[in-house]
Amino acid sequence: MSDSSPLHPASTLPETQRHHIDARRLLCPMPVIKAQDLIKTLQPGDVLTLVATDPGTLQDIPSWTRVHGHNLELATQTNDEYHFRIIVR
Amino acid sequence: MAEQKRAVALISGGLDSMLAAKVILDQGIHVEGVNFFTGFCVEGHTHAIRKKKQQSPKRNNALWVAEQLGIKLHIVDVIEEYKDVLLNPKHGYGQNLNPCLDCKIFMVKKAQAWSFMQDNGFDFIITGEVIGQRPKSQRKETMPIIARQSGVEDRLLRPLCAKHLPLTLPEREGWIDREKLFDFHGRNRKPQIALALQLGFTDWSQPAGGCCFLTDEQYSNKLVDLWQARGSREYELDDIMLLKVGRHIRPQPHYKLIVGREEGENKYLEGYKGTFISIKTTSHMGPLALIDGAPTPQDIEFACQIVGRYSQGRNATELVYEVRFPDGDTKPITTTALAIDALDPNWHV
Ligand code: SF4
Repeated sequence: MSDSSPLHPASTLPETQRHHIDARRLLCPMPVIKAQDLIKTLQPGDVLTLVATDPGTLQDIPSWTRVHGHNLELATQTNDEYHFRIIVR
Repeated sequence: MAEQKRAVALISGGLDSMLAAKVILDQGIHVEGVNFFTGFCVEGHTHAIRKKKQQSPKRNNALWVAEQLGIKLHIVDVIEEYKDVLLNPKHGYGQNLNPCLDCKIFMVKKAQAWSFMQDNGFDFIITGEVIGQRPKSQRKETMPIIARQSGVEDRLLRPLCAKHLPLTLPEREGWIDREKLFDFHGRNRKPQIALALQLGFTDWSQPAGGCCFLTDEQYSNKLVDLWQARGSREYELDDIMLLKVGRHIRPQPHYKLIVGREEGENKYLEGYKGTFISIKTTSHMGPLALIDGAPTPQDIEFACQIVGRYSQGRNATELVYEVRFPDGDTKPITTTALAIDALDPNWHV
């Protein structure tokens, strides 16, 4: 991920608490499944960034974070990519 | 205070499983949903691929249902395990390649396996099945088969038709009040709609024909064609996703074309340029096409002409095509477009 990515973490979190999923080209619900399966292994406060190309993620990732009570800090689109930042609760 | 009982609900995203979960939630049970992704599910994908369908919501209905109900939903990737269900169904297929009864048994069994893996486990499983709803899988005779062959036995509760079925453990133990369950049967959807309104729902999804592409005749034909062409019934997720996209044209047994029908599909097919030979007209606007198989150079030229037929240069005397190979090499080809009547309708898969 380049520094110009909207997800470049300005966060001071240690590396071990920052996680990233490249879900480009995957169709829903695969990006959600990837996020869900990784988050299961993370600790509260960890940050997951995810980039996807399926516009369905704009609905599904926020919806999934709401039903599981995680904090979706960012959901944004650049060109044909959708970027998310989730704080694990 | 008695410990709150916990149920896993199979959530497809349709109305019935939404109602089943709601009815049980309303009896004070802790409910969480599971949704199994087989790769054939109708959810989202085609909406996401085809721009044309953008007026319909791109939401994942199972997640949307979970939000309406205020429950957690776990989406489980069962693509690999599902292959055996599809390829070797003990109870056979429905009208097309849908192995509904085996699929139900598999999903209930998986729901149980999933529930064992969670902290505290779950006490029972609920589904939105209704007797007589589906001619093959949802009949009075199949209900006990699913309960038995999944190994879940009397921990499987179908709230919408429970009154037609023997008592289950949650009813016997008094966790659930059987009087508040239902006796729906048959294909008439009116009772479900009335219940939905009574429970305060104003929106729900009702996919026509079932919850997956395997009930679709055209899709099933494409899958059979793929297996025949490969001489094997193996498949990967990309194979079955590509069957949902584009026109599939097989001029010869050893290769077929997948021609994008609109911008969204062209874009989706772009992602496969590193896997398949692709063709695009450069002299005129036109679709992107992939060639699946082992075409000869003559086949590639003929494939170009087919692609030209779907381009804006279909009436031009000469078109320029770019053929791109998976390793990135490209080759320009100048030829005509196939005449309208030269495309054998039998080539359409
Ligand atoms: S329609 Fe598809 S997902 Fe639904 S029970 Fe039949 S095979 Fe399974």
